[in-house]
Amino acid sequence: MGIESPPSPAVQMRGITKRFPGVLANDHVDLEVYPGEVMALLGENGAGKSTLMNVLSGLYRPDEGEILIHGWPVHLHSPRDAIAHGIGMVHQHFMLVETLTVAENVILGLDTVGWVPRMEEVHRQIEALSEQYGLRVDPTAYIWQLSVGEQQRVEILKLLYRGADILILDEPTAVLTPQESADLSRTLRRMADEGKAVIFITHKLDEVMAFADRVTVLRAGKVVATLRTAETNKVELARLMVGREVLFRLEKRTCQPGEVALEVKDLQALNDKGLPALRGVSFQICAGEILGIAGVAGNGQRELAEVITGLRRATGGSVRVYGRDITNRSPREIIEAGISHIPGDRVGVGLVPNLPISDNLAMKAYRHPPLARGPLLDRSAMRDFARRLVEAFRIATPSPQTPARLLSGGNQQRVVLAREITASKGILVAVYPTRGLDVGATEAVRKALLEERDKGAAILLISEDLDELMQLSDRIAVLYEGQVMGVVVPEETTPEAIGLMMAGQRAEE
Amino acid sequence: MTIVFEKRLTRSRRAMFLVPVLSLVLALVFGAMILLVFRVNPLEAYRVMVQGSLGSGYALSETLVKAIPLMLTGLGVAIAFRMLFWNIGAEGQLAMGGIAAAYIALFWADRLPGPLVLPTMFVAGVLAGAVWGLIPAFLRAALGVNEILTTLMMNYIAILLVEYLYLGPWRDPQGYGFPGTAQFPQVAWLPRLTGRVHVGLIFALVAAVLVWFVLNRTRWGYEIQVIGENPRAARYSGINIGFNILLVMLLSGGLSGLAGMAEVAGISRRLYQGLTVGYGYTAIIVAWLANLNPWGILLVAFLMGALLVGGDQLQVALGLPAAVALVLQGAILFFVLGGSIFVNYRVRIIRGHKEAKEA
Ligand SMILES: Nc1ncnc2c1ncn2[C@@H]1O[C@H](COP(=O)(O)OP(=O)(O)O)[C@@H](O)[C@H]1O
Ligand SMILES: [Mg+2]
Repeated sequence: MGIESPPSPAVQMRGITKRFPGVLANDHVDLEVYPGEVMALLGENGAGKSTLMNVLSGLYRPDEGEILIHGWPVHLHSPRDAIAHGIGMVHQHFMLVETLTVAENVILGLDTVGWVPRMEEVHRQIEALSEQYGLRVDPTAYIWQLSVGEQQRVEILKLLYRGADILILDEPTAVLTPQESADLSRTLRRMADEGKAVIFITHKLDEVMAFADRVTVLRAGKVVATLRTAETNKVELARLMVGREVLFRLEKRTCQPGEVALEVKDLQALNDKGLPALRGVSFQICAGEILGIAGVAGNGQRELAEVITGLRRATGGSVRVYGRDITNRSPREIIEAGISHIPGDRVGVGLVPNLPISDNLAMKAYRHPPLARGPLLDRSAMRDFARRLVEAFRIATPSPQTPARLLSGGNQQRVVLAREITASKGILVAVYPTRGLDVGATEAVRKALLEERDKGAAILLISEDLDELMQLSDRIAVLYEGQVMGVVVPEETTPEAIGLMMAGQRAEE
Repeated sequence: MTIVFEKRLTRSRRAMFLVPVLSLVLALVFGAMILLVFRVNPLEAYRVMVQGSLGSGYALSETLVKAIPLMLTGLGVAIAFRMLFWNIGAEGQLAMGGIAAAYIALFWADRLPGPLVLPTMFVAGVLAGAVWGLIPAFLRAALGVNEILTTLMMNYIAILLVEYLYLGPWRDPQGYGFPGTAQFPQVAWLPRLTGRVHVGLIFALVAAVLVWFVLNRTRWGYEIQVIGENPRAARYSGINIGFNILLVMLLSGGLSGLAGMAEVAGISRRLYQGLTVGYGYTAIIVAWLANLNPWGILLVAFLMGALLVGGDQLQVALGLPAAVALVLQGAILFFVLGGSIFVNYRVRIIRGHKEAKEA
C-alpha cells in the first residue's frame, strides 16, 4: 500500500490555483495520490479542500495548473469527463433522486445500460459490489427510505459501478454515526487494497489518524505539509492546520443517542438549608465531550455535582450513565458505575491531608487488584501505584510517603487528578478544577482534562472562569437559580451572551 | 504579648522523646510536694513505687495482671478512636463480657464438655462486649445519636447490671453474705502463666498484632484511617461510614468484652465488684498516650499497670491514704498528657498586637 509507492501516481495536481471573486481558494496547490492508498485532505473550514477536489472531479476549471492522471495530462471539463478518467466524487450534499430505487440511481445517466435496463443483472452487480466493499444496501429500496448513511453508500456504489479507481469523498463522516464511520473506514481500506486511490476530506484529526496512510494539510488555500500519518500525530497536525501552537482541541463529533454517557433529566435537589437548589436541570454529555457549566457561584453548581456523584440526594428527576439509572445510588455504586469526581473542595473533600500521598492516590483504586488482594491491602503494590502516578502526572513531592498537606495547591490537585483520571471509566465531574492554582498548574489540569476528553471521556466541567469554559467546553450550559438558562457552543457565542444568561436571561431558541 | 500554639508541620522527633521525659520529671517534682505535705520522703515513696511494681518477679507479675485488661480495652478504644468514634464505653463493654463469661461458667460449665467451657466463655465474652458496643454504634450510624453520651450511659447500665447479678440472682448462697457469685468450677479458670498472670496476656499480645494488621494491612483498616482523618473524603471516595462504625464497634466492644472475660476467668474466677474498677476509662488515657498505636498501647498499658500497682504499694508499705496514691497517679497522668501537646504544637511567644494578628 503506501509503504512502497508505485512509480506512477494515480493523481498529480501541479500548481493548481483557483480564484473566486475576492478569494484565492487554491493557491498553487501540489497534490499526489498513489494507487492503493488512502489520502486525507485536512484543513479548517474554508481552507479550500472542497474547491480543490471539485477541480479534480471536473466541476471547476482551475485558473492555473495542470492535472495528470496515471501520468497523463488531462483536461476535465465536466464530472462526466472525470468519471471517464476513473475519477468519482461523493459530495457533501448527495445527488440522488429520492423517488427512484437504489439500483435506478446507480445506473442513472449511464449510456451503457441501454433503453431497457436488465434490472436483475444490475441488482446482482450492485450486490456483488456491496459484498466486496462492505457497503450494505438493498438495491430495490427507494432512496427516501434510506438513512443518510445508506444514501452515502449508494453514492459510493454509483462510483464503483462506473469503475472509478480514484474516489473522492467530501467530509463523508460528517453525517455518519460512529458505527457507520467505522464501517466506512473499512470500506475505504478495502478500496485502497483493491488498488484504488482514495481521497477523503476532513477536518477531524482522529479520522486522519485512523483512516489515512498519508495526509495533505491545506491552510488558506496552500499546502502546508504532506505527511505520512505513521510519522505524525494529532498535535502536529493541529498545529499545521491552524497555523499556530494550539491548546489542543479536537473537533467534536456530533453526539449520537447511543453514546450519551451521562444524562441528567429534570433533576431536582435541595441545598444544605433545605431550599430548592436544582429545579429541573436536564442535559446530556456524550463520550468525548466536555459540557461546561457556567453560572455565578451558588446557583446550584455544587449541588449538581454532588447529586450526580451520590453525595446529595435528588428529590426528583434522574441521572443516567450510559442509559443506566444511578439516581440516588451510593457514592460507591456511582464510582463503580464509572463516574470520577474532582471535588471543588480539594483539601476538605478530595484529600486526606494527614495521610501520605500514596494513600491519597489509592482512595479509589484500593478496592480492586492489584492494590487489593481480597480483603487485604498490598502495601507494596500501593507504593508502586503511587510511584507510577507521581511520575505520570508529574507530582512534585519529595516522596510518595509525604503527607498530602505538605504539597503545594497545584501538586495537591495533581494528586486528585491523577487518582480520578486513573479511576475514571468514562465520566468525569470536575468542579472548579483550577481554582487557586498558578498558571503552570492550571495549564496542566486543563491539558489533562482535554486529553481525557479526547480519549473519549464525558466531562462535566463546573467552573466560575468563563475563559476556561470557553476554552475547554464543547458546549456550555448556563445555570441560574437551579435551572439551565441555555446551552451554547463556545465558538458560536460570546462571553456577553453567556453573561446575560448567568444573570437569568434565557437563551432564545 | 501573646502566646500562640502553632501546629507543627511534622511531629518533632526530639519533642516526642524529650516531652514525655520532661513531663514525668515535672510530675515527680509535683508529686514530691504532695508527699512532703504528708511528711513522707518523696524519694522513699518513689523507691517503694518502683520496687513494688517492677522490682521483683512478683511485682512484675502484678503489674502485668493490671496491664492485661488495660491492653485489651486500650486496643479496643484505640481502633474506634482511629475512626473518630468516641467510644467511652469500654468499661461497660468489659462488664458485659464478664457477665456473659460468668453466665457460661456458672450455668453451663457442667453441661458442656470440659475443654469447651473456656472457648465458649471466650466467644460469649467477645460477643457480649461486641453487642454492647453495637448498640451505640447503631444509634449513631442510623440516627446520628452522639456516641459519647450513649457509650458513657451504657457503662452505668452494665456496671449496675453486674452489681444486680452478683448481689441478687447470681449471689453465692454459700457465700456468707460475701457480695459475689460462687467461684467458677475449675474448667472455667483461665490457665495462669506465672503468679497471677494468666493467658489473657497472650490474648492481649495477639489482639495487638490483630489490630496492627487490620489497621495497616487490610482494606478495612485503610478505610478506618481515611474516615478518621477526613470523614468527608471517606464519603466522597465511596466508603460507607455507617457500616464501618458498626464493624469497628463490633471489634472494639469485642476486645473490651474479652478483657472482661479474661478478668473473671483469669483473676477473680467469680463475678464481683472488683470487675469494674475503671480499666475501661484508664484505657482511654492509655490509648491516647500511645498515640493509638497498638505496640505503644502494650507499652503504655504496662507502665500504667506499674503506676497502679506502685500506687497500691504506697498504701501498703507507707500507710498512705488511698487518696494520696490516686492524687499521685493523677498528677503523673496530668503532666504526661498535658505535655503531649508540645509534640504536636510549637509554642511561640509574640510581642505586640500586629504580629499576633498575623500568627
Ligand atoms: N462557488 C464559490 N463561489 C465563491 N467562493 C467560493 C465558492 N466555493 C468556495 N468558495 C470560497 O473558497 C474558499 C474555500 O472553500 P472550500 O473549498 O469550500 O473550503 P473547504 O472545503 O475547506 O471548507 C472559501 O473562502 C469559500 O468561501
Ligand atoms: Mg468543504
